[in-house]
Amino acid sequence: MPVTTFLLVLLLLSFAGFQLGRTTAVSSAGGRLSRLHSVPSYYGLYVAMWVGLPALILFALWTGLEGIVVNNMVRASLPASITSLSAQEINLIMVDIHNLAYGNITSRVPEPALTAAADYYNHLRGIGNGALAVVMLALACAGLFFAKGRIHPKLRARNQVEQVVNVILILCSLVAILTTVGIVLSLLFEAIRFFTKVPPAEFLLGLHWSPQTAIRADQVASDGAFGAVPLFTGTLLIAAIAMAVAVPLGLMSAIYMSEYAPSKVRGTVKPILEILAGIPTVVYGFFAALTMAPFVRDVGQSLGFGVSSESALAAGVVMGIMIIPFVSSLSDDIINAVPQSLRDGSYGLGATKSETIRNVVLPAALPGIVGAVLLAVSRAIGETMIVVMAAGLAANLTGNPLDAVSTVTVQIATLLVGDQEFDSAKTLSAFGLGLVLFTVTLTLNIIALRVVRKYREKYD
Amino acid sequence: MTAHTQTMAGIAVRPQAGTLTGTVPKMDARGVKVYYGAKQALKGIDLEIPERQVTALIGPSGCGKSTFLRCLNRMNDTIDIARIEGLITLDGQDIYDREIDPVQLRARVGMVFQKPNPFPKSIYDNISYGPRIHGLASRREEMDEIVTKSLQRAGLWNEVKDRLKEPGTGLSGGQQQRLCIARAIAVSPEVILMDEPCSALDPIATAHIEELIDELRENYTIVIVTHNMQQAARVSQRTAFFHLGEMVEVGDTEEIFTTPRDERTQGYITGRYG
Repeated sequence: MPVTTFLLVLLLLSFAGFQLGRTTAVSSAGGRLSRLHSVPSYYGLYVAMWVGLPALILFALWTGLEGIVVNNMVRASLPASITSLSAQEINLIMVDIHNLAYGNITSRVPEPALTAAADYYNHLRGIGNGALAVVMLALACAGLFFAKGRIHPKLRARNQVEQVVNVILILCSLVAILTTVGIVLSLLFEAIRFFTKVPPAEFLLGLHWSPQTAIRADQVASDGAFGAVPLFTGTLLIAAIAMAVAVPLGLMSAIYMSEYAPSKVRGTVKPILEILAGIPTVVYGFFAALTMAPFVRDVGQSLGFGVSSESALAAGVVMGIMIIPFVSSLSDDIINAVPQSLRDGSYGLGATKSETIRNVVLPAALPGIVGAVLLAVSRAIGETMIVVMAAGLAANLTGNPLDAVSTVTVQIATLLVGDQEFDSAKTLSAFGLGLVLFTVTLTLNIIALRVVRKYREKYD
Repeated sequence: MTAHTQTMAGIAVRPQAGTLTGTVPKMDARGVKVYYGAKQALKGIDLEIPERQVTALIGPSGCGKSTFLRCLNRMNDTIDIARIEGLITLDGQDIYDREIDPVQLRARVGMVFQKPNPFPKSIYDNISYGPRIHGLASRREEMDEIVTKSLQRAGLWNEVKDRLKEPGTGLSGGQQQRLCIARAIAVSPEVILMDEPCSALDPIATAHIEELIDELRENYTIVIVTHNMQQAARVSQRTAFFHLGEMVEVGDTEEIFTTPRDERTQGYITGRYG
């Protein structure tokens, strides 16, 4: 039986359990619902839970463990000529057996021993499926009778159902948290592997980045250099240009929207500005590469500067434009959160609108605005597509915005694109960079959120 | 913004001393009507505000007394949908005249709000804010003097003289309100409008503010909106009773509270409604 059939049958059984639980509860109360502890549908849910959940848990465990058990049994049945091979080769053969069993293409001409093993594999799985179906059905029925037997007007069905719902909610949030932990751990372990090949001091302080390592011993250009400082400076340079564009523009438009704009204008302008936030960064990327970069180069050359066609300036400016709605929208909310009473107080003293904004509203909103800017910085540092397309790969150590620079994210992307071997320092360096990037953005986010929260508490 | 009808003729024929005991009114309202969008909040108010006296505006919630107060320093200008008709004068000059800058008007007619609203700045900066934007002090010492004087007049000096650099928001509610009064005094206004200045305060802080109002009467003209009739009786010399956007009755406070002419006034002050 395929998986969907299992689950469908289980669903139908649970539904039947629900109806049964309901009617049993009603009749156990002799038709007087006020005698029941909970509303009848809770008794239904109670029974449905007992029918569905144990069987579902069994199903999950079974499908998780079945593969391992069956694999071990098949492996044990293999002839001695194969079991004497190395572990890696046995793994390859097991893969072939799986492919044979499922009718996929195999990497070698099937030997009789392998075909036999594949048949055996299918046989075992057949037995397993049959057994699963029987056990699940039995468990569901047992649950049904157990729960039905417990139904009694005094049974606290609502409390028990709500407790189970509570556990389910906790499990769902655990999945999200554990995934995050898993991502961080995998990043950490690969980074540690990298740091055993390249010492952290060389990585963090080295001034030359050229991650080309030899795949074969006789290759030219063998020694890689893993000094990430040029990447850090490149990242900071582009982020700084982006913030130089985004903070003034974003802040000014936020002030206009929250203080000066009539509500009609605000109602139109704000959504339009927020469309900017909805443009995919890839689109910004080719705007940067095809429009902005040539424009910067042409203007620069006509002014007599030598501008490379992939300049930090072009990438930074476009990234800044991308971040504007981020800054303006957050700042707008924060400025709006400044109580009207403060503005009234200032107007009441004879202050003009601009004096009120400069001396009262902005200082009051400043912590929140700083928080918004920090969030935008971490966004700028982590941004990838724009810089991949517009900033280039040349890891120059320079502070000149007209030169080509490369960023941490660009290097991570290029290092991991295409076929890679995951034991060379070249590939692993991506994880080292990723760890640095993660640490920096995490720190910025934590600081920013703290600042914003502290500001919020002040007026609540 | 304000469809103001010029009625300069009206002001000329109006007897200056009028019902008052020989004094020229500091502010004078004639036929003031206010609309919020389509809704009429004030239906033609005539009220004289005598100089160096406390005028109390009383009446049930929503009767328009705060709206009227906010007309006196054009705070309603900051509300987009508000529209004002009629004539209001300060020292005989129309405050809704095109020549008058509401910003300068508000420096002459200061305001204290219902909820204490100190700026999130230090106590010193809260007071010096007004004088600084109006350029009242050119040197540091002058500013120090203004701050000291204002705090002294507001009866707050002894409590805060050692912590002028601390944020004004850290003071207690009553102290914050006195800080706001000191802030209003600092720009040397001629009139101070108070919109239920004690409604967010406890009885002791309220008593403090009431004493203060009584002292301020020597130098300033004060208009106070209050829900508390004992307060109106304690601090004011004249009382105006507002009801449903109209001014029902105005007179000496004693008179209003002992022998009200209108039965609505009587109903309100004896607690039958409101």
